[in-house]
Amino acid sequence: MADGSTMVVGAPSAASTRPTGSMKMLARRRSMAALALCAPLILLIVCLKVYPTFYAVYLAMLDRRMNNFVGLDNFAFMLSRPSFQLVIFQSVFFAVTAVILKAFFGFVLAHLMHNIRGRNERVWRGLLLVPWVIPLALSTLTWWWLFDPSYSAFNWTLNALGIEDIAFLGSTWSARFSVIAVNVWYGAPFFMIMYLAALKSVPDQLYEAAAIDGANAWQKLVFITLPMMRNIILITVLYSLIVTFADFDIVRILTNGGPQDSTHLFATYAFTVGIQSGNIPRGAAVSLFMFPILATLAFFVLRDVMKRNKELS
Amino acid sequence: MANVSIRKVVKAYEGDVQAVKGIDLEIVDHEFVVLVGPSGCGKSTTLRMIAGLEEITAGEIWIGGDVVNDVPPRDRDIAMVFQNYALYPHMSVFDNMAFGLKLRKFPKEEIKRRVDEAAKMLDIQMLLDRKPKALSGGQRQRVAMGRAVVRNPKVFLFDEPLSNLDAKLRVQMRTEIKKLHQLVPTTTVYVTHDQIEAMTLADRVVVMNHGVIEQVGAPQELYHNPATRFVAGFIGSPAMNFLPCQLVDDGGLKVQLADGTKMAVPPQRVDRYGPFKGKKMTLGIRPEHMTETHDSEKPGVQRMNAKVDVVEPMGMETLVHHFVDGVAVCSRIDPNVHTGPGEILPLAVDMNNMHLIEDASNRVV
Ligand SMILES: Nc1ncnc2c1ncn2[C@@H]1O[C@H](COP(=O)(O)OP(=O)(O)OP(=O)(O)O)[C@@H](O)[C@H]1O
Ligand SMILES: [Mg+2]
Repeated sequence: MADGSTMVVGAPSAASTRPTGSMKMLARRRSMAALALCAPLILLIVCLKVYPTFYAVYLAMLDRRMNNFVGLDNFAFMLSRPSFQLVIFQSVFFAVTAVILKAFFGFVLAHLMHNIRGRNERVWRGLLLVPWVIPLALSTLTWWWLFDPSYSAFNWTLNALGIEDIAFLGSTWSARFSVIAVNVWYGAPFFMIMYLAALKSVPDQLYEAAAIDGANAWQKLVFITLPMMRNIILITVLYSLIVTFADFDIVRILTNGGPQDSTHLFATYAFTVGIQSGNIPRGAAVSLFMFPILATLAFFVLRDVMKRNKELS
Repeated sequence: MANVSIRKVVKAYEGDVQAVKGIDLEIVDHEFVVLVGPSGCGKSTTLRMIAGLEEITAGEIWIGGDVVNDVPPRDRDIAMVFQNYALYPHMSVFDNMAFGLKLRKFPKEEIKRRVDEAAKMLDIQMLLDRKPKALSGGQRQRVAMGRAVVRNPKVFLFDEPLSNLDAKLRVQMRTEIKKLHQLVPTTTVYVTHDQIEAMTLADRVVVMNHGVIEQVGAPQELYHNPATRFVAGFIGSPAMNFLPCQLVDDGGLKVQLADGTKMAVPPQRVDRYGPFKGKKMTLGIRPEHMTETHDSEKPGVQRMNAKVDVVEPMGMETLVHHFVDGVAVCSRIDPNVHTGPGEILPLAVDMNNMHLIEDASNRVV
């Protein structure tokens, strides 16, 4: 800040004598200052992100004792293992299902919010954002307690309705859906807030024009709202796919991968293999499997978004 | 095609704002009606009630023999052109124009035929594949009109369709709208705040003010026989001059201005104005009826002297501004008459075109 203000004070006198030269100098000094100000952050990112990424690639190519270089053996081995194939399936199933559900509920909630006008809107919006602001580990613990087979509110309610206990986290598919449910509960508010902003940015006149053109509510949704929101939907879905693929907390706390490793995701499995079983190279290999999937997704969707941005606006 | 009838229609927004205060209007088939008035007078609200975009607080709206109060816009068979066009940004020009037909499940060939026909009429055939973003303001305007035309609706509604265009294009598009209506004589309601647009386009002009209709009539009638002070001042550009005056009997009925100037009332109007002797009145006289003097004047022309304040040469005419007892007055004179600030200019006032307004009621008598 101090740096910037001295430059501004110094500029006029220099500018009056040699306008172009001093402008250039000012620009150069500015970009230098900008670089200096960003440097700590860049350093932090390099230390915490870039270095570990390359280190993980290096680690993944060592043997278990971490003294021999084995190339891609770890990757090949993991791919051949049914337990890891299950992890791939579960990661994809978890991420895709959860993101679709989050996007759907987020969309519905955004529409509800959009149509609640007046003073209550802020209250409701605030309430719906609560899942998103509670630390995930804490709220997942609460869910874990809710899913408890014998003492939980869910089963107590089911009993009261005359339905038998369900071991939510005890069998493969109910555990899978429980994990997804918690992720959706946590992630839907993000979609809601993004879609609400997008909805508010669609000009009312387009809906009026469509109404006059003969569109009913459903046709307005399909032909106006969805195309107008296409970009934001793509971006949120991509972003959420990346985050959901890499999810760790929920599975770790709720099921720890069980039953029979059926709910493991890449991240939790990498943790189990690498840290808990002590095979760090294999753990690194597992976590690196995510990278090409996500990079490809990001590339295609971002390319499409750029193209569409040029068309609209 | 259909007639539109508006009966005692009221629109109140929450907080008891009455935007439209009970208006009556009959629009016959094929007619081009222009709603004109100052900003906030309720023109758009009236149009949007006809479109069904705004609920009607009281009264009835009829389109083609049916009450449409509770009919949603999509079933009213109307088309509307918005001020900022409201084209669908993600659709091509063709799709924008075809959208209404597609929703109504027209066969593909019929849609194509109609869009092509409309595009040809509006001269936008070469733009059919473009997105609205890649169009100029005038082209967007045409597409918006095309979108209305292809539907072949009962009624066209326009809400200030030209106000986003520059002055030159506005004049050009105005002509095209008129041409379009001659080609496709659909009943049209057109909203504008520009009285020149209103005068040039309309079969009948509806002048609105503060949510009520001041006067309805053909353009020439509004110009020559305004019913109220508001209409007299609103129609015509530059606006009519209003001079406080009194009627006096001084060897015949005369108008006496605040500065003492007396001008005789034409004989055929003496009976009409007689009863207002002694009351506070306002003389309304258009700038074009206050001109340079000639050697021989026709009957009814009176003289007054003006101390010139500002001279504005316009090319085909010159506007001269002066004051009568502190009231600003504008007159239109021949550009060949030379005058300048501070000079005394004798003016000929054509009293055959005078208007007399009763101050108490603001009505033209
Ligand atoms: N949604 C609304 N809520 C409350 N008042 C409104 C609303 N819409 C319009 N009004 C009021 O109704 C009156 C008429 O508005 P309207 O839009 O019909 O004016 P207009 O004649 O079209 O003016 P303009 O030439 O500026 O478009 C205005 O005083 C306006 O403030
Ligand atoms: Mg308006």
